[in-house]
Amino acid sequence: MGKLERIAARQDRAAGLGPSRRSFLLTAAGSAFLFGFARQGKAAQVYPHDAPAALREAGAFEPTIWCSIAPDGWVNVNIIRAEMGQHIGTALARIIADEMEADWNKVRITYVDTDPKWGLMVTGGSWSVWMTWDQFRQAGAAARTVMVEQGAKLLGVAPATCIARNGQVIAGSRSISYGDIVSRAHPTKTYTPDEMAKLPLKPASEHRLIGKDVKALDIPSKTDGTAIYGIDAKLDGMVYARPKLPPTRYGSKVVSVDDSEAKKVKGYIRYVVIEDPSDTVPGWVAVLASSYPAAIRATDALKVVWTPGKTANITEQDILDYGRKQIADKAGGSRVFNDPGVDETFARAAKVVEQTYTCSSVLHYQLEPMNALARQHEGKWEVHCGNQWQTLFLPVIAKALQVPESEVVMRSYLLGGGFGRRLNGDYAVPAALISKAIGGKPVKLILTRSDDVLFDSIRSPSVQTVRAALGQDGAITAWQHHASAGWPTRVMASAFMEKGEDGKPYDQFAIAGADHWYDVGPMLVRALDNELASETFRPGWLRSVSSGWTPWAHESFLDEIAHARKLDPVDYRLSLLDSKGRNAGSAPNSVGGASRQANVLRHLVEKCGYGKVSLPADTAIGIATTFGQERAMPTWTAGAVQVHVDRKTGVVTCQKIWLVLDAGTIIDPDGAAAQTEGGALWGLSMALFEGTEIVDGNVRDRNLNTYTPLRIADVPDMEVEFLPSTEKPMGLGEPGVTTIAPAVGNAIFNAVGVRLRHLPIRPADVLNALKEKGNA
Amino acid sequence: MVKFKLNGRDVSVDVPDDTPLLWALRDDLDLTGTKFGCGVGQCGACTVLVGGRATRSCITPLSSLEGADVTTIEGLDPNGKHAVQEAWKDIQVPQCGYCQSGQIMQAVSLLKDYPDPTDEEIDGVMGGSLCRCMTYVRIRKAIKKAAAALRKEEASHG
Repeated sequence: MGKLERIAARQDRAAGLGPSRRSFLLTAAGSAFLFGFARQGKAAQVYPHDAPAALREAGAFEPTIWCSIAPDGWVNVNIIRAEMGQHIGTALARIIADEMEADWNKVRITYVDTDPKWGLMVTGGSWSVWMTWDQFRQAGAAARTVMVEQGAKLLGVAPATCIARNGQVIAGSRSISYGDIVSRAHPTKTYTPDEMAKLPLKPASEHRLIGKDVKALDIPSKTDGTAIYGIDAKLDGMVYARPKLPPTRYGSKVVSVDDSEAKKVKGYIRYVVIEDPSDTVPGWVAVLASSYPAAIRATDALKVVWTPGKTANITEQDILDYGRKQIADKAGGSRVFNDPGVDETFARAAKVVEQTYTCSSVLHYQLEPMNALARQHEGKWEVHCGNQWQTLFLPVIAKALQVPESEVVMRSYLLGGGFGRRLNGDYAVPAALISKAIGGKPVKLILTRSDDVLFDSIRSPSVQTVRAALGQDGAITAWQHHASAGWPTRVMASAFMEKGEDGKPYDQFAIAGADHWYDVGPMLVRALDNELASETFRPGWLRSVSSGWTPWAHESFLDEIAHARKLDPVDYRLSLLDSKGRNAGSAPNSVGGASRQANVLRHLVEKCGYGKVSLPADTAIGIATTFGQERAMPTWTAGAVQVHVDRKTGVVTCQKIWLVLDAGTIIDPDGAAAQTEGGALWGLSMALFEGTEIVDGNVRDRNLNTYTPLRIADVPDMEVEFLPSTEKPMGLGEPGVTTIAPAVGNAIFNAVGVRLRHLPIRPADVLNALKEKGNA
Repeated sequence: MVKFKLNGRDVSVDVPDDTPLLWALRDDLDLTGTKFGCGVGQCGACTVLVGGRATRSCITPLSSLEGADVTTIEGLDPNGKHAVQEAWKDIQVPQCGYCQSGQIMQAVSLLKDYPDPTDEEIDGVMGGSLCRCMTYVRIRKAIKKAAAALRKEEASHG
């Protein structure tokens, strides 16, 4: 069989389709040859692609909803997380397969569609492994327990004399495979969550897959064009749509639409003024066409007059100024840490030091532009797209369509990049509404890149002021961290907000990171929702959320204090990581507390030679340390960056990055390294290469002609190391980002003695700082 | 009606002449391995080979392809085992994978011009291919691995 036929056959198998569909597609393709397949509506995403499909029909044993064992011995693992580059299905399947003692060569993963039975479907916060660890080990133990019981019975021995290994139950010299057990004993036992929680789990010393190298199951399909993303979804008879975006994210009203020019575009069908009861996409007009190029042209030709919303003239500076005012006002915001004695200690301090740090807006620029395919089919509204938080947006789609949530299903696809953009499923809503406007027929909405960028839920610009009270000896006696930014969680998921120590709700994803593990006396950490930002754009969760920018403030500030006191910044940090009080840590997530952060920092210093190696002029190493992206789930992280600063041009070149992490148990070592490498380069990109600003209520940069993320030539040497641990696994999607920007800033200071306090650091900023220093 | 060779087979597509090759491939010929990224030829996700040269299909009108020889990721190797694809799997380059068809096609083109590319040559040629997951360290490594494999192949045929 040729490759194309094989692809066709396996896609058909996965879709549960026979030859009829293939003959249809051949017909539909006319004289053109059929070379590949877009995913048709019904198929789930299954990896590896050559694994046999349709297990359940074949009498598979399904002890829990998470996994099943088929009579042919294949194990299926259901994955409710989105695949967006983390190879999450592989990592999670390794956990369940290890506990189950399955044969890894007979494990397949299925990325499932939405169903209430799965519970919370969210993929973000670097949570997936952490939140699935116990559940999947228990589910694996349940399957293993039944296999041993039933296998022992078939072998005619007592279960206690059996062991399970590599998909077999073994008693002395005799054995029986899991497949044979299923086909001969037809086990039907199922487990409730309570029953599962009582099953004994394997100790770390018995791990046979966890922590071992593995080839990610999704990777082959990402090298030959067979991987199917949301944008590749197709349905018979679908039409294409592109939005005509209003002048402001909120509050624009359509006054008139003139499609006389659009009608001249061949393939133009009609326009739809979207009425959206969920108010997700106010002011949108969609253009429908028989092909996407026609939709692009007709949208350009369509003339729409709006009355713009009130943010039509807002600038980045307005938003930053608003944040500064919020910080200057002692009232307002939510107090995340509100230790007694902060005000008193500041009042009697020998000296108070303070600095303010700012960050520009950042685009997600995930490479697959926002898209969704929607239709009404067999009594349900289907939305086909890649998405990171289905549980959040199913009710929004239902509200927009004015139907019960039970009538909406989201079909899962690979994500051409998530980075938090697809936690916000706002793009699914207009697709559903356009389909509704044409009687539920299938419509494929695709945003062009400039549409996608304009509609992005960007990383909000931020202002942070950090203040320290110093005693007579210069030691820090109290600490304040005030941070103002647009709050994504307030806008999209207010029920998920946490409450501060003052009882006021706050967005943990707009302050996390400031709640650090240093002992700096009583702390006030205050989160402020920059309402001007949230009114102008929809703030987004972007890789490492606030921990991508709060360490920029406090890790720079600690360096500044150390240098002012002529102390070594690393020794100084180590002295503050004393693991006392709330920084002692607790089981199961932060056993050892700040001592583990100190530990990664010490290892890092050894590794990079900081303070020992002699470097050329204007070249230096800078250090920063964090706890990943969330205090409740700390991935202890230490990062070092070596930069060279060109005094003539102001260009900062990053020559090398070192990272040492303690993330607890590592499931998939190569995947862990890949996530950390990518995260670190995101950190570097946001430190030196990318950033935009709000101009007239929208982002200034719309595409790669002016938006300039890091490219291959900018990549430094990198060394990433994970310290061995058998503690509970934490997350790894984001920690790599967190230390890089402050480490770059600290390295620049060490190289040429100037302190930068705005991200991204542009050559002009460095030149200005050098000039100022020269004049000082 | 534009006629050209696609992955070794003759095809004809009856769409407006100014339709970008990208959309003809994806929507009319069902070859979705080639991806839409920036739409202006600056991200490289849509890269295919035209006459063996890396070409941005999102800005290549069909009218310019009459009689041309086009290769997409699906047609690079009958079994998906071109040396570049094998290196990509060995090194586990892809993360989200969305840019990787374009990266692979660009790398194939690079290795035709530079069978033993230096870092500077890799930077120069691959600089137009954006990977938002930032898999660049592995892309570089895989290119060198594929280059070595191709040189070995060449020598054994030689």
